[in-house]
Formats: sequence, C-alpha cells, structure tokens
Amino acid sequence: MERKVAIFRKEHFNAAHRLFVPGWTDEQNLETFGKCSNPHYHGHNYELIVKVTGSPDPETGYVINLSTLSDIIQQHVMAKFDHKNLNLDTREFARLNPTAENIVIVIYDILRKQLDASLDLSVRLYETERNFVEYPV
Amino acid sequence: MVFLTRIEHFNAAHKLYNPQWTREKNEEVFGACANENWHGHNYELYVTVKGDPDPDTGFLMDVKKLSNIIKERVTEKLDHKNLNVEVDFLKGKMCSTENLVEGIWNQLNGQLPASVSLHCVKLYETPRIFVEYFG
Repeated sequence: MERKVAIFRKEHFNAAHRLFVPGWTDEQNLETFGKCSNPHYHGHNYELIVKVTGSPDPETGYVINLSTLSDIIQQHVMAKFDHKNLNLDTREFARLNPTAENIVIVIYDILRKQLDASLDLSVRLYETERNFVEYPV
Repeated sequence: MVFLTRIEHFNAAHKLYNPQWTREKNEEVFGACANENWHGHNYELYVTVKGDPDPDTGFLMDVKKLSNIIKERVTEKLDHKNLNVEVDFLKGKMCSTENLVEGIWNQLNGQLPASVSLHCVKLYETPRIFVEYFG
C-alpha cells in the first residue's frame, strides 16, 4: 500500500508593499484598501509554509530532501521577495496587486515548476500572525 | 511594586540608509536593509509600567487608558506608515529598531498617570530580533 506523507518547510521574508488599483482615484483606493493603500508603502514579516506531499522513496526514506526544498525556496522565492518592495522591485507584482491571496498563488506557481510532478504542493502564507492564506484549496 | 505590560502591534515600511553616505557604503553596512525602495516588518510592541496597585481599584492604572495612550501617541503614528518618511518623532533619525524604541519611550514618558512610571519598552522587529529600552 502506498503511504503518503506531507513534509513542511517554513521560511520567512520581510517586504514592503501597497495595495491599490492604478486606474482608481486615491479616494476609491482608500475606501477599498484602507491604510494598506498608503502611497508611501508599509510592510510585513511574511511567514511561508511550504507543504510537499508524496510517498517516501523506498531507498532514501525521503519524500523530498529538505535541503533541496530549502535551496529551491531560497533561490526562487526568497531571493526575489526578501527585503524588497513587492510593487517596485518584483516583476511578478509590477501589474498585479500584492495581496496575500495573489502572493500565495505566485509563490505556488513558482515552486510548482521546480518540483517533480509526482509530488503534491500546497502553500500557506502568513502576512501577520492573524492573517494568512492558503493555496490551492 | 507590580509591573504591568500592554502588547500592541503595527506594520510599517522602512530602510536603513544614511543619506550622508554613498549607495555603495550603505549597502556595505546595511546589506539588504538598505534597499532604496524600502522593505517592511510586523512590529510587536511591549510597554511595561510599574507601580503599586491602588487600594480601592486593585489596579496600577486603567489598562484601557494605557492602551489609548499607546494608540494615540505611538501606533496611530506608525501603523501602515513609512517610518523614514511619515513619522514626526523619527525625522532626521536613522530608522533602526534601537532608535525606534527610544523614540517610542519619549512619546510615552510623561504621558502616564502619576501613580505609575514607565519601566520598559520592548520592540520586536521580527520574531527573532528585539530591543529593550529602560530610559
């Protein structure tokens, strides 16, 4: 019987962002996004939890080598987003509003391409201790 | 003597950047924190006051009042703001956590009821980095 196991890796990054729709007036943005639309930006300590599910390899006992997973996250996610302004410094959010929802989808898409198709992937992102998102659901 | 702590939090953007220095020197000293376009944090603030409980109420002070003072004097000025650009009490200062905690202390000291005194302001920049100031 194939027994699947989920393995998790936690990472964190710090970034500035601003929520706004470029075509809207400042008033409309303020009404929808509140203080998150501050034109001077604000920021967060983001906590990222990457969940990879698969069957342990019969020889190594690994679903995925955690060091490999950590390197993938560092190279493809942290290097892009840590200590950056998501709106100004990243290609991904140059035209996409950097809400927690959009960030988690972007990170999922980045990581999905790097992992073997036999592995399932799920990503949870904490924007604050009390606000977090998960994709896919 | 009893110590009473109120915990608040705020989210803000900042950068560590000395305008007197070149970009290269800022990057050398402050690394990724010198990013010209800012980065940000979820700050956790612990404000501790000390004193003796009032015999009638059993309180050091009304903690709701303490919360309102912190909100008015500190978190409303910092939450969802750019610390380098938008905060009156940080103007002209480097936005390190060390300077921020001292600035917060100065915003609170003298604003409290006579029955208590400010003991400590503790500020977490990340879950793993924090500073304390005792005046």
